[in-house]
Amino acid sequence: MTRLRVEQPGPLALVEDVGRPGLAHLGVAGSGALDRGALRLANRLVGNPDGLAALELLVGGFRARFDGEAWFAVTGAWGPVTLDGRPVAPYTAARATDGSVLEVGMAERGIRYVLGVRGGIEVPPVLGSRSRDTLAAIGPDAVEAGQVLAIGPEPAASVPLLDQEAAFPPPDGQVTIALLPGPRAEWFTDSALAVLFDSPWRLSEQADRIGARLVGPPLERRIQGELASEATVPGSIQVAGGGAPTVLLADRPVTGGYPVIAIVAPGSLDAVAQLRPGQELRFRHA
Amino acid sequence: MSRRLLPSGDSALLVECDSLDEVLALHDALAASDQPGVVELVPAARTILVAVDPATLPLESAATWVRRIPAEAAARSAGRAADGVTIRVTYDGPDLRTTASLLGVTADALVELHSSIEWRVAFGGFAPGFGYLVSDDWPFEVPRLDAPRTRVPAGSVALAGSFGGVYPRQSPGGWRLIGRTGAELWNPEAQPPAVLLPGRRVRFEAVGAG
Repeated sequence: MTRLRVEQPGPLALVEDVGRPGLAHLGVAGSGALDRGALRLANRLVGNPDGLAALELLVGGFRARFDGEAWFAVTGAWGPVTLDGRPVAPYTAARATDGSVLEVGMAERGIRYVLGVRGGIEVPPVLGSRSRDTLAAIGPDAVEAGQVLAIGPEPAASVPLLDQEAAFPPPDGQVTIALLPGPRAEWFTDSALAVLFDSPWRLSEQADRIGARLVGPPLERRIQGELASEATVPGSIQVAGGGAPTVLLADRPVTGGYPVIAIVAPGSLDAVAQLRPGQELRFRHA
Repeated sequence: MSRRLLPSGDSALLVECDSLDEVLALHDALAASDQPGVVELVPAARTILVAVDPATLPLESAATWVRRIPAEAAARSAGRAADGVTIRVTYDGPDLRTTASLLGVTADALVELHSSIEWRVAFGGFAPGFGYLVSDDWPFEVPRLDAPRTRVPAGSVALAGSFGGVYPRQSPGGWRLIGRTGAELWNPEAQPPAVLLPGRRVRFEAVGAG
């Protein structure tokens, strides 16, 4: 069996797949790869079925040695990727030979790489998924230096000869994010809704797989009362007491007591996952 | 019964009810109708999140389905764990005395009431395996801590609002801690992984006090 010996995981390397939907009533969030498009692309590039587990690498600084031969592809964030010191094009399937060393350098665009390998990363599934949920502490622990990850058997489908999908690196300038109406928009003043769409926002340093806090003008509430906790969906923009919005992501608490003003359209959620702290964004109506 | 449908993205609706009882009745009815295309049904204090796969069940159809379901007809038992569970508690929580005095009773009286009434799990959420417990015989509204604890030990028996609860694992939390239990309430290897399933009846048994 082919294995991946992780020599250096970088700041945070997690096994992620498409998560564990359908368990929210037990308090378990969907979790899974934050950039779903990058996971899907990585799997397609190496001929995997959609949804096999891959590594989500925050920022970069990752190094691993292959035991055995394997196809792999690095998607999501855009930065220098080398195999035995020779550059590998991002978003392209490449073949690792026995003993070759893969290095994923610091991201120049975006912040989360997805490293897909043909056969997928094999760790024991928990509640039907190999994903790490960082809030609930479910699924495999963060990958550590020296850890050996098993790679699953090669799937039936072959590695595509040509990349069928046009893929673009995450933008490094201002990003526009599409929003759908949220369940509690009426809890906010008209001017808060105008501010949400008119003003530029910045991703704060407080951004992880649970949520991404945004920096900008406070969003004023019309209704000051306490909201009984209710279930949220990924992309919900909840507004805490001080008026600062937070985009709830895959590892969010299943229920929350802050009103949700709007919801990031699913097509824009991957872009939120790739924002870097300090990067500017604007919202538009979906 | 009024039912307000609130938008929640392009693959979910938030259904708002007037009371927790209506939430539970409607949730049972929705769950019992076994509608294809429903991915999640998440009851909470006043709402049910209905998440769908829009390719199988478009949102408009989901809205029609939710509006037409007669909740009154649903048996409370449908889809719910009807059997009970007893949780043994040592009532020596750090907030026991302050909570009792906030409520105007003695600590002994609070423990006596907590451990003599029948609770049931209204819904889950907050954390894996956490169940929001309600009881018709529980008269109190308990204010949350002003500053939540960053670490609440696993097994802490707690109160907040009109709810009871037990922390399944160590986590942050703002509920008032009145006791502790060694019962395992969450095990991802078990089937089902949570003990406090919606609808399950729960009794607390005092095994000592500090």
